[in-house]
Amino acid sequence: MIVAEKKPLDAIARMLDGCGRVLAVGCGTCVTVCFSGGGKEVATLAASLRMKRRMEEGKPLEVTEAMVQRQCEWEYLEPLAEQIKEYDAVLSLGCGVGVQTLAERFPATRILPALDTLFMGLPSAQGVWEERCQGCGACVLDKTGGICPVSRCAKQLFNGPCGGSQNGRCEVDAALPCAWHMIWERAEALGMTESLMAIEAPKDWATSRDGGPRRMVRDDLRLPAEQGQEGGE
Amino acid sequence: MSQGNAAAEPAEAARKSGGNLERALRQGHFAVTAELGPPRGWDAAFVRKKAQILKGWVDAANVTDNQAAVVHMSSIATGLLMIEEGLEPIIQMTCRDRNRLAMQSDLLGAAAHGVHNLLCLSGDHQSKGDHPGAKNVHDIDSIQLVAMVRAMRDENHYQNGRDIPGGGPRLFIGAAANPFADPAGMRPYRLRKKAQAGADFIQTQLVYDVPRFREFMKKVVDLGAHERVAILAGVGPLKSPGMARHLRLNVPGMAVPESLDARLEAAVKGIAGDDKTARSTAWREEGKRICVELIQEIREIEGVAGVHIMAIEWEEAVPEIVKAAGLRSGTQG
Repeated sequence: MIVAEKKPLDAIARMLDGCGRVLAVGCGTCVTVCFSGGGKEVATLAASLRMKRRMEEGKPLEVTEAMVQRQCEWEYLEPLAEQIKEYDAVLSLGCGVGVQTLAERFPATRILPALDTLFMGLPSAQGVWEERCQGCGACVLDKTGGICPVSRCAKQLFNGPCGGSQNGRCEVDAALPCAWHMIWERAEALGMTESLMAIEAPKDWATSRDGGPRRMVRDDLRLPAEQGQEGGE
Repeated sequence: MSQGNAAAEPAEAARKSGGNLERALRQGHFAVTAELGPPRGWDAAFVRKKAQILKGWVDAANVTDNQAAVVHMSSIATGLLMIEEGLEPIIQMTCRDRNRLAMQSDLLGAAAHGVHNLLCLSGDHQSKGDHPGAKNVHDIDSIQLVAMVRAMRDENHYQNGRDIPGGGPRLFIGAAANPFADPAGMRPYRLRKKAQAGADFIQTQLVYDVPRFREFMKKVVDLGAHERVAILAGVGPLKSPGMARHLRLNVPGMAVPESLDARLEAAVKGIAGDDKTARSTAWREEGKRICVELIQEIREIEGVAGVHIMAIEWEEAVPEIVKAAGLRSGTQG
């Protein structure tokens, strides 16, 4: 899932300076599951913003609460189309994709982010989420026992651990496990350490963000009129 | 390479780099390298002074590259000042600060200015340094850097496979190894991997725990890696019991036996607690003695081709240690 966390209340309130009517929109997918942008969080944030405005400026802030199932697809935003014109701004409790999908669908409205989008990851314990994927565009998990050196090694090493790995912990933060320690132990358990002896060549980062903003085209899924119009594979 | 298996000295043309360090190792000398930390400012005199201290006592000296992820004078620029002073530099290059374009262009430039040696490193993470908000690079890793530079030198091509006009830079290639870091089982293999990638020499993390280092070297020798790469054991004089404790507790991947703290403590017996200068002097003298003893023990371990003396911001200690350990001052001496 995409993991995000709420921005500090002061920062959100500052974005809303000068706004009288705000639509706060949650998202029913990833950010609901990580307790940052679901219906409950929308209600709590709306109440906090109203109270803050009243206490600090002595005047009301109107915050309407709304939820969509998926902020990251235009069609799910259609139910907002009519009411959105009535607001000075839309406060999105979606991830960065949700904020931008709203901004693209409603170009005449100010769309503001209430969350900081952190990473693609999983809940590793009650109340703890950890990164697992950076979307590098060329998965190497077959070579590393299902443990990602791109997202989980602080130095993105491909040929083994740096000198700062101790007791299975990363030199950056003792709360972080060393990815290469885990990769090695997993290879030992699977009897596959020999596979880690080969020298892994430099990665082609062109498939990652380094190649510029990315897009995927599936010609087989395109509308007949649009098929073959661009270089999908 | 100092284990008596060095082949007859090859013709000058067959040399990889033409530098002192390579020559010393080829001739079977027990190599000695040290470390020169560049200044945090741009004071050339600071570098020249340190270079004069080390000159004649070591085969070459490492120049750290933004060590501890703190901004310092560029390692290559510092190395050029060292060359002017007659001290051969080993340029350290981390994968943290440069992508493959910057690395290759800097190495071409370094070679044009007479640099013969390179040490390839991952680099301390920037979160530990003075610009924790910096973006790190890690386009390639240290082993990929070794392989890239070897191909530049031996196959005359860039990382992309295209020819380098006029041929690749003649660099003697080094890499680091930490015998005390985890996962312990992978460490000897990782050293071998660096040798296979094309490393000519290895410098290890500081060795204070000789039995553990001996165990590591046995595995390295069993793998035959010492025949492909010259291994220089890292040593360094302790300045105080506090430094021993700091290394043990705060530096990941360091093994410092507690017996060394006790030995340093014993060295200040009879000195008044408030006589800080006398205590510091006594600690440092004992620190140098320990270092000399470590060198003598390590020298006897199979597969060790030399020592790398890291006396951080204490270059003055190096000549004394080299002399007391009875090491040759190498080809510069």
